[in-house]
Amino acid sequence: MGFFVETLIGGLMAGMLYSLVALGFVLIFKASGVFNFAQGAMVLFAALAMARFAVWIPGWLGIDNALLGNILAFLAAGGLMFAVAWLIERLVLRHLVNQEGATLLMATLGIAYILEGLGTSIFGSDIYKIDIGMPKDPVMILEGTFEGGLLINKEDFVAALIAAVLVGLLTLFFQKTSTGRALRAVADDHQAAQSIGIPLNRIWVIVWCVAGVVALVAGVIWGSKLGVQFSLATVALRALPVVILGGLTSVPGAILGGLIIGVGEKLSEVYLGPHIGGGIEIWFSYQLALVFLLFRPQGLFGEKIIDRV
Amino acid sequence: MSREIGEVILDLKNVSLAFGGVKALTDISFDVREHEIRAIIGPNGAGKSSMLNVINGVYRPQQGEIVLRGRRFARMNPYKAAQAGISRTFQNIALFKGMSVIDNIMTGRNLKIRTNLLLQALWWGPARREELAHRAKVEEVIDFLEIQHIRKTPVGRLPYGLQKRVDLGRALAMEPSILLLDEPMAGMNVEEKQDMCRFILDVNDQFGTTIVLIEHDMGVVMDISDRVVVLDYGKKIGDGDPDAVRSNPEVVSAYLGAGH
Repeated sequence: MGFFVETLIGGLMAGMLYSLVALGFVLIFKASGVFNFAQGAMVLFAALAMARFAVWIPGWLGIDNALLGNILAFLAAGGLMFAVAWLIERLVLRHLVNQEGATLLMATLGIAYILEGLGTSIFGSDIYKIDIGMPKDPVMILEGTFEGGLLINKEDFVAALIAAVLVGLLTLFFQKTSTGRALRAVADDHQAAQSIGIPLNRIWVIVWCVAGVVALVAGVIWGSKLGVQFSLATVALRALPVVILGGLTSVPGAILGGLIIGVGEKLSEVYLGPHIGGGIEIWFSYQLALVFLLFRPQGLFGEKIIDRV
Repeated sequence: MSREIGEVILDLKNVSLAFGGVKALTDISFDVREHEIRAIIGPNGAGKSSMLNVINGVYRPQQGEIVLRGRRFARMNPYKAAQAGISRTFQNIALFKGMSVIDNIMTGRNLKIRTNLLLQALWWGPARREELAHRAKVEEVIDFLEIQHIRKTPVGRLPYGLQKRVDLGRALAMEPSILLLDEPMAGMNVEEKQDMCRFILDVNDQFGTTIVLIEHDMGVVMDISDRVVVLDYGKKIGDGDPDAVRSNPEVVSAYLGAGH
């Protein structure tokens, strides 16, 4: 029993990170109807920026304090993501208003390549590490309740906590503020939103900025866990099934989808693995997504696709 | 009170619009006076919706200009139009379907929101007070349109007639000086049509809002409009008060076919 709960918690914590990346997809899709293929590249770009700034900025300013250096690096990387968002709107999206979804998808594919190329040529292509002082040692909890206690990875726990707080704040922002409402309005109907005086361009910059910040946080967390390397761009691919599961248009869906997939991966690896061979973790989520596509293509919470004929 | 027809507020001069080789509008001029109800009528494909979309800036005419309160707009766009006090409803209802009635109508207040993003994100004093003030205004609109009972319902679940009413509510929440209505009564039953007529007249009467409306059904329009423009095949074939238009032989033949 203790082992099951331990696996479950591990899955939930990993799932929270999937939720975070998935949230980036959902935000942009909701606001602009664009499936942003560049989300992964944004994670990589943001993580690279963070890793390098954390070295460069203390060097330039002669700062010794690691915490201050990290904070400055985080702010600088955040600023860079804002600039990226602004440029994407200026140079790409603005010219593609009212185009087909496929056109926009291809445009984000282009953005992904540009960001990856730009990131590696500015920041170099070595493997960097981000050290934000995450606790690395595992900890034993609830030794009284379960025999032998539960082994919890502190780093995963902190990461999940950060992700959960960010997700919570974003949800509140979307539901409670007038800008959030304007964002949802634009997501629903561009033309109507414009005609009641919602500035599309500004909304898009805001939403890409938010997606940029989400990418940065995800990049920092994954980066400090796995090191900043090119494969970080494929982290977003792991979030793809999450988005299918949760529904492309639903923020709660992204969160729950991430948790389900995180838990599903871990549990199937542990309990099914021995029977049908290991490595389930790698394909389990895609399999689950496939099942959903067959039986519930709009996802758990996505808006049902009904067209008036 | 406010319902006294004033000066020309919106003037369209020699507007022509074509999509490729298809001429949607040819050399159309007409004006709209403050506080009046101005109707644009015509058979299917006459160019009524195109006309409204030109005023609203969705389409850019190849020729002609729009003069709004003495200001000339060569290139109007929907956002500029909204800033200039023009709001509109849509023929096929373009509400935000996933959002509740209140949220939909609240989006109409967007241009009036002054506090910035940061304050809103922090849900800070001024932002919060402002939100409440706008909410009060929206409740007035909801009362006015008699839709209190559905205010929390997601719009996508409402029947067609009520959606049309919410669409009008969102436009009203902007407190427009000019309201454009694209076939406000299309697809409604007699009772709903009567309600809608009453709302249009009340808006005009109580708030002094200038109304430009498109309608297919000639009967309804003649009863509530001050002046009527008649379009056919993208050309203006009549303009004047309802009686004059009704007795205009060209209009009669456009509606009933040649030979009458």
